Amino acid sequence: MLRSAIARRGAAALAVAATAALAMSACSSSGSSGGGGEDVTITYGIWDENQQPAMEDIAAAFTAEHPNVTVDIQLTPYKEYFTKLQTSVSGGAAPDVFWMNGPNFQLYASNGVIAPLDDQGIETADYPQGLIDLYTFDGKLYGAPKDFDTVALWYNKELFDAAGVAYPEAGWTWEDLKAAAAKLTDPAKGQFGIAASQYGQENFYNSIAQSGGEVISADGAQTGYDTPEALEGIELWTDLIAAGASPTAQQMTDTNPEDFFLSGKVAMFQNGSWAAVAYADNADIAEKVDVAPLPAGEDGNQSVIHGIGNVANAKSDNLDIAKQFAAFASSEQAAEIQAETGTVIPAFTGTQQAWVDALPQYDLQVYIDALETAVAYPISKNTSAWTSIESEVLSQVWAGSVSPKDGLQQLAEQMQAALDAESE
Amino acid sequence: MTELIAQRTGAPISELDRGRPEAAPGRGRRRGRGPGQSPWWALLFIGPTAAGLLAFYLWPTVRTFLMSFTESGPFGGSEFVGIDNYVRLFQDPELIGALRNTAVYTVIALIGIPVAVAIAALLNTAGLRGRGVYRTLYFIPVVTMPAAIALVWRMIYNGDYGVLNEVLGVFGIDGKSWLTDPNTALAAIAVVGIWAGLGTNIVIFLAGLQGIPDTVIEAADLDGAGPVRKFFSITIPLLSPSIFFVSVISVIGALQVFDLIYMMLGQSNPAMPNTRTIVYLFYEAGFLDNEQGYAAAIAFLLLIIILVLTVVQFRLQKKWVHYE
Repeated sequence: MLRSAIARRGAAALAVAATAALAMSACSSSGSSGGGGEDVTITYGIWDENQQPAMEDIAAAFTAEHPNVTVDIQLTPYKEYFTKLQTSVSGGAAPDVFWMNGPNFQLYASNGVIAPLDDQGIETADYPQGLIDLYTFDGKLYGAPKDFDTVALWYNKELFDAAGVAYPEAGWTWEDLKAAAAKLTDPAKGQFGIAASQYGQENFYNSIAQSGGEVISADGAQTGYDTPEALEGIELWTDLIAAGASPTAQQMTDTNPEDFFLSGKVAMFQNGSWAAVAYADNADIAEKVDVAPLPAGEDGNQSVIHGIGNVANAKSDNLDIAKQFAAFASSEQAAEIQAETGTVIPAFTGTQQAWVDALPQYDLQVYIDALETAVAYPISKNTSAWTSIESEVLSQVWAGSVSPKDGLQQLAEQMQAALDAESE
Repeated sequence: MTELIAQRTGAPISELDRGRPEAAPGRGRRRGRGPGQSPWWALLFIGPTAAGLLAFYLWPTVRTFLMSFTESGPFGGSEFVGIDNYVRLFQDPELIGALRNTAVYTVIALIGIPVAVAIAALLNTAGLRGRGVYRTLYFIPVVTMPAAIALVWRMIYNGDYGVLNEVLGVFGIDGKSWLTDPNTALAAIAVVGIWAGLGTNIVIFLAGLQGIPDTVIEAADLDGAGPVRKFFSITIPLLSPSIFFVSVISVIGALQVFDLIYMMLGQSNPAMPNTRTIVYLFYEAGFLDNEQGYAAAIAFLLLIIILVLTVVQFRLQKKWVHYE
């Protein structure tokens, strides 16, 4: 059929290999060894290099209690973390204990990849309820909450002063936000009031909860996008863009929305608690910014809460030790180790003050106060199947090529189809 | 260096040569094995490459094919579902768009071939000084990391601060946000694809040009042919084997475009419906939606498309490719 070597190598090799090998690349690594009362090494998979020192300290503290156990930390950059984890689970080479996030949690729990931790004496009252809900599946707790992040409103004091607008404060409503954004907008200077970016966790997941809606029902079976409340939550942002008080969706695709805030072109920016350390380290804005609670919609000023969970590999050779370590890495002792490093807010109640005190120049207490009304990050068994639909449809809404009403109807239908497919 | 390149690129061209109709397959085989030569020797030399091809190309291909008839769980384990994935694929409203976008990209990317021929011809001009410098300059993008290329071009295309719009502004042209406008995003990416691949093609064409015997050119000179006539009547026909090779490789490369789109646009780009290619569709199915079986079906459809287009190109070469 094909005569030359080029055809064969060209077509078959280049074409298939590139695509197929992409899908099938497998990796293998050693899991655990030993057993009984002998020396045991367990592996602990994490993705954040900044937190590695704290994780090493926690591992050392565990070894101090269990002298025969060594914890070997495996760092994988976040971008590859879940792809690699998924393949290593299929290959039976996943770490014994690893970090889990909300969007992936139910996928792992529902497929029996991770083990329930409810026999580890974890007191749910020690953690924010939103995180316990996040890591509970079928009534069992599978993930021990390690840390959390909530969202608050950052603002540039210099721009507020220049425009003579009062700083955001507790009790602000959406109307206050819109009015301030309008006053802070100055097309001549290329300055905008706020960056109404198409971000879920930082923006519209919060506003949908604030107007009394929900992205997904608590059992993860029903979309919430077909409600008037969700529409209000989305329109908060699209209206800000339409009014010219925010850069357009195109501008915010070309240039990272946060860069507008960092370069003083945007006066307000909603961001998670992880931003505090980054802003304090950024000489351009460290002195100019502060943080306030989110503005309230009709139903309050809820923030979504998300956090990492420590989970144990159900196929671990040393399952008992793995479960013990997962619980330990989220314990009060571990939380205190994390708090000292100041990178993340530990989830264990009462250990957060160190994080707040680490950067006294900012009102970081607002992130802890947000716990009172925080709502769980929206997830389901196959979260990424509908979040890809979400980002695709909403990109058209944000760009203004589809109206919010039509867009949400379309999104609700497609998302519901994806959710129905999950429960089959 | 020139010799090296000529050798390297010469190999595939001469392989193409062997594919010409008059070289009957049977005769070719006999020619390869002289008397007294054991076939086992040949096996020894081919063996390692063949083993590699089998293990890393053929086996994954077979697995992908089998996988396309299954619904695979996210952590391995799968269920046979017959042709369900293919039925679903042909009903997928996004498939038409992806096919169209891939076709448009491929057509635009092919513009890179005449551009590369023209630049190679200019570089081949007798007495050109600093040829090595030019050749290096054109080759730099080929050895640059795709991620770096994507990052730099994103900045060039930026609607607010991009260099491109700055330059256009000098001429009083109001630029746009090139990578988020559904009408320009795909073309903007194709331009980067052409630019990034130009160096390889130029080197292949240069080798081809240097293989054109001086005697033919001299004969044309004596017949009174001007430079333009010589280019179109002598150079292009004699370069056609190289052009054919480059077009086969370019079409295959263009049909597989993914990395630039992934890195330059990103998932929530409003222009995505107009730029999503087949491999991007594959990526979404396999890596975002956790549907490996469906993704395998998409990969296989792409393989069939590439096979068909390549066979068509090989059939058509009889009409325009000249072997000396």
